[in-house]
Amino acid sequence: MTTTLEPAAGPTTDAQATRERIASLLQSYGAAIVLVILLVLGSIAFPTFATGSNFANVLTQSSFLLIVGAGMTFVILTGGIDLSVGSVFALGGVLAAFGSTYGIVGALLFPLIVCGAIGAVQGLLVAYAGMAPFIVTLAGLLGVRGLVLAATDGGSTTPLISDPAVVNLGQGAVFGIHWPVFIAIVVVVVGSVLLARTRGGQSVLAVGGSESASTLMGLPVARVKFSVYVVSGLCAGLAGALNAAYSSSGVPTVGVGLELNAISAVVIGGTLLVGGRGNLVGTVAGVLLLSVIQNLINQVGSLNSSVQAVVSGAFLAIVVIIQTVLSRTQRL
Amino acid sequence: MTQATVSVSVPTRGSVLGLFQKYGVYIAIVLLLAYNLFFTPNFFAVDNFRTQFVQVVPVLIVALGMALVIGTEGIDLSVGAVMALAAAVIPLYVGYGLVPTLLIAILVGAVIGAVNGSMVAFIGVQPIVATLSVMVAGRGLALLVANEQLKSVTDPGVLSLGRDSVLGVPISVIIAAVLVGGVAILVNRTTFGKQLIAIGGSRRAAELSGLPVKRILLLVYVLCAALAAVAGVIGTARLGASVPSTLGNLIELSAITAVVVGGTPLSGGQVKVLGTLAGALLLQFISATLIKHNVPDAYSQIAQAIIILLAVYIQRGKARVK
Repeated sequence: MTTTLEPAAGPTTDAQATRERIASLLQSYGAAIVLVILLVLGSIAFPTFATGSNFANVLTQSSFLLIVGAGMTFVILTGGIDLSVGSVFALGGVLAAFGSTYGIVGALLFPLIVCGAIGAVQGLLVAYAGMAPFIVTLAGLLGVRGLVLAATDGGSTTPLISDPAVVNLGQGAVFGIHWPVFIAIVVVVVGSVLLARTRGGQSVLAVGGSESASTLMGLPVARVKFSVYVVSGLCAGLAGALNAAYSSSGVPTVGVGLELNAISAVVIGGTLLVGGRGNLVGTVAGVLLLSVIQNLINQVGSLNSSVQAVVSGAFLAIVVIIQTVLSRTQRL
Repeated sequence: MTQATVSVSVPTRGSVLGLFQKYGVYIAIVLLLAYNLFFTPNFFAVDNFRTQFVQVVPVLIVALGMALVIGTEGIDLSVGAVMALAAAVIPLYVGYGLVPTLLIAILVGAVIGAVNGSMVAFIGVQPIVATLSVMVAGRGLALLVANEQLKSVTDPGVLSLGRDSVLGVPISVIIAAVLVGGVAILVNRTTFGKQLIAIGGSRRAAELSGLPVKRILLLVYVLCAALAAVAGVIGTARLGASVPSTLGNLIELSAITAVVVGGTPLSGGQVKVLGTLAGALLLQFISATLIKHNVPDAYSQIAQAIIILLAVYIQRGKARVK
């Protein structure tokens, strides 16, 4: 790049600045751009794709992952990771089914309290005991799944939800859109405001950017790290409860591998795994991208499950490669 | 908050706590074995130990490759899918005999590793996402190759890997021991080992000092996948069948746990090969102990989680130094 700078230094640096600005935009909105392209191509290719009911379906499928992904974004922004969300999601569902005997309050409060507490334990171990987030939450993945099995006779029973109000929370719809979608939107909006407009949210970004600098600035680093795991536990528990309401039962085997989907949605959304940079809007785009890819694969009805896996894996690889290449131009 | 920084300079060596930190995983194994000596009937029998060692082989071999990848500050989630792919190609080539089958399986693994490594080294994709996409696609590919079918493997050469013994030591255990020794030499005695640790310590510094960072990274992912393929062949030999739908499911998590419990930090820059062996053995002994005491699966998982946390908590002083 520097070799081309011989006579016309001025214009070249200008062009370079413009290029960098474009690259920066592409990195932040890369997932959204790919999403739009996919939506356009999908609408052209499949007549059944661009229909109101199909889009509503995609939104419902996305809403649970989006709530989990919102919590995960907070954790990843601090440079951490939460592998326990899949198990916590299942626990949230089972507890919501148990709690639903006390109506809608029980169905939400019971899972939120327990899952928040699980997040708090993990947060304590990461923030105050200085243990690696990957290991703490990996143990969480194992241990919480054990709790789910213990609560359901080794996974052999599936607690059902009979309270119509609770079921309505999952299956009820306004303008054809299910309640969990609205709740997911509220979670994202609240989360975005927290991140961008509050002291706590700014501290999350600062801790992820540089822990030692944050310590020197006098930020409560440990408290910030602790709270993001509580947030992630609460989000995973809420998503699990809503999913249970949607399927009117707390299935003990749901959520296996959910952590990987949530992490890839966050990363595809432009949040760096090292922390310090990213936002929830990107996560929304990442989640929708994953759901749309899945939906498009389903549109080609004839594909069997192994071809589907190959296609979605290859697709994920292409998306992250494109995004990495785009963001690299900027990093240089 | 400055406590964390202060504790780094406190000399821990020599004190009892320091011993625990340095040899946490080995002490945990000794304690666990002592418990079994007194409270588990028939644990201390040659047959039982043979079974335990045979069972730990696949996880151990995968963990060896994983330790190399983690040493470069990476991670490889695709190892289970590579095992499945290796299993899937065995029935296709088993007619040519043991050695060609093994070589083809390793070659397939190496190709997958090259895909991982290229994405990480040359394009700069974050390892967790790069290998996640390969994990999803690889398992699908394995099922496609196998036509989504389970096939029994009857070739005596392949089966011998899983069943036969030399002087009472199972062949799979011998292979694993050779691989542990090989990887230990690779890490501690070769330029390549020093270079991969340097990359994990600081990729930027390694680049600036002129190391062929990209080539080393590529090679590390190729090695990790090739080792996973060997584990896939041994796993298939033990089952006597190629089962690409389930072989190696979630093994990435066990392998990562073994590596980290063995004292290799996820932040890279160190590789503990013997620690990884100890980590894998500890996990194996924990689950064996729980099974022998008829602990239900649910509580066994909770107990494993707590023991992993304890083992890592004891060692955490070391990790902070980084």
